[in-house]
Amino acid sequence: MAKIHLASLVPGQAATISELDTEPGLHQRLLALGFRAGRQVMMIRCGWMSGPVHVRIGTTEVMLRRREAQSIEIVNVMSQQAA
Amino acid sequence: MKQVAVLGMPNTGKSTFFNRITGANAHIGNWPGITVDLMLAKVKLGKEEAEVIDLPGIYDLRGFSEDEAVVRRFLEKTPIHLVLIILNASQIDRQISLALQVKHLHIPAVLLLNMADEAPKFGVAIEVEKVSQHLGMPVLPISAKYGHGYEAAKDAIAHTLSLQAEPVMVSSLEDLLMSDSQLTAEMKSLLHDAVHTPEQIKVNWTTRLDRVLLHPVFGLPIFLATMFLVFQAVYAIGVPVQKWLQAVLDWFKADALTPLLSGLPEFFRGFLLDGIYDGFGTVASFVPIILLFFFFMAIVEDSGYMSRSAFLMDAFMEKLGLDGRSFVMSLMGFGCNVPAIMGTRVMRSPGLRLLSMLVIPFSLCSARLNVFIFMTTAMFTPRTAPVVLFSLYILSFAAAILTAALFKGKFPNKEPFVLELPPYRFPTLKHMVKYSWMQSRKFLLWSRRFIIFGVVMIWLLNNLPYGVPPASSQSFSGIIGQATQPILGPIGINPQLAVALIFGFVAKEIVLGGLAVIYGKAEGADLMSAVAHQIDWVQAYSFMIFTLLYVPCLSTVAVLKSESKSAKFAAMSVAWSVGLAWVASFIFYQSARALGF
Repeated sequence: MAKIHLASLVPGQAATISELDTEPGLHQRLLALGFRAGRQVMMIRCGWMSGPVHVRIGTTEVMLRRREAQSIEIVNVMSQQAA
Repeated sequence: MKQVAVLGMPNTGKSTFFNRITGANAHIGNWPGITVDLMLAKVKLGKEEAEVIDLPGIYDLRGFSEDEAVVRRFLEKTPIHLVLIILNASQIDRQISLALQVKHLHIPAVLLLNMADEAPKFGVAIEVEKVSQHLGMPVLPISAKYGHGYEAAKDAIAHTLSLQAEPVMVSSLEDLLMSDSQLTAEMKSLLHDAVHTPEQIKVNWTTRLDRVLLHPVFGLPIFLATMFLVFQAVYAIGVPVQKWLQAVLDWFKADALTPLLSGLPEFFRGFLLDGIYDGFGTVASFVPIILLFFFFMAIVEDSGYMSRSAFLMDAFMEKLGLDGRSFVMSLMGFGCNVPAIMGTRVMRSPGLRLLSMLVIPFSLCSARLNVFIFMTTAMFTPRTAPVVLFSLYILSFAAAILTAALFKGKFPNKEPFVLELPPYRFPTLKHMVKYSWMQSRKFLLWSRRFIIFGVVMIWLLNNLPYGVPPASSQSFSGIIGQATQPILGPIGINPQLAVALIFGFVAKEIVLGGLAVIYGKAEGADLMSAVAHQIDWVQAYSFMIFTLLYVPCLSTVAVLKSESKSAKFAAMSVAWSVGLAWVASFIFYQSARALGF
């Protein structure tokens, strides 16, 4: 199965994080913000002009640039009702 | 004395708690990483006094940011008796990692779960006893904002502290920290045992509000309109109050001080009344405007809307080689440039940091706002004055954008940008009043030193050598002003304005105090009409452009140098801003004159 990443989700979709493929500094920060393998993450909205994405993980809401979102690999994509 | 360190993640209300427990007034911000300087205070805990130290908000003891390094260094170098960990109860699912890390350092600790009132709204239920068993430390729910659970927490802290006679220092901290997989496993077991989080959180008013405020089309216009409204409100409420205060000060001068000092020689009476009193009084009359400005900024900042502006602006800022945080810092710079420049410490990439530091001084700070409100009210009709003022805000943004676009190649940046968007919270009225009062007091204390120095110097230059007509071309200020004319003449700045500008290099408050001293001599007319009588609107606007763009103040230059650790960088920033100021004023002044104005 081809690898898919967080940036490919559309608003309202959720998925499970499988791996963080990032440099060490960002890796630690993402872990502390709750991005750990096995946790569910939901796409809330994508910014205009390929701006940042807004996601929710647990009760924490985070914005990150698409480049960073592309380094977060996910599995089990499912559609939910819009947030 | 025993030492207590306060540790916590950003956005957990750590500073609010610190303020509450110490009675001090560390600034709180709903913005990650705002507390950068270590604050400390003596607090009576139980029977003994302890020193409480506010560490910077950090995410992770293994993190790579400057703040995280500061905390590691602190724990390795400073013997302490207790660590107070503050976490956001509703985000315990991720924040518990910090408490688990501290557990493995073997330092005595107490965990405070803040915003305990917020957690049930998210459907988060915490069994405090079980969390305590897992961590091997006392755990207490509190609400720092409203003070709930605060006394119980203080008792628990005092008790734990009393058990700890000797201070502890962490040696080789890195070795004690768990691997990520071990940490993940411990988190899972604790959360499974003691915390119940909902599968999916309820739609709350934060999500509803975000649908509007972060709307792809309307989000940005709403934000800009909000900022416009804030500035309009400051103007609409602040200016009448300022005028009234000025009238009171004038009345006091004419009816009380002048008769009282009539015995003094003319020279000294002039020095005290037209120098110090007028100079300082004019600046003091602007305190209500500063107060209002910070009052509204406290709402924008603490509500969480400021972080949203980072989301809205990031795509645009990225094109300028900056990111959403640079935008937020520039926005903070509209209050005062100095803390905004220090706030860039949250950035790790040197390129991004330096470029942000180069841009921030163009933010129209509250000291410059005073000068502009004074000038626009003096020179323009009540209808056009707010529009003119708004045009200066636009110019402030334009200068920042131009600077970033020109220099981004010189300061490359590949820093990833990840930012927490905290839930919307409305700051308590008490906090807003206290915050704006503290900021205004800081402004007044701060400016007092500079203003007195500045107005005294300007007054002396105007009135020496002894016996010359004040501010005439034979006075020292006349001579200095004349000497600047080859450079400042082409931008419409006359010798009198030039003297105010020169001293404005020290601080912008002096520009206003200086104008009061320079033009205060006009017979029987108030200051504003005196200014209006001497210069026309084209000169006034050119003067305002220059004041807006050239170096904000000496303190900003000093902090640019200390934060960049480079005198060369600070010198470049000064040279660029002065150069840009001159060119912009020149273009405006000459074209306005060429068009016949």
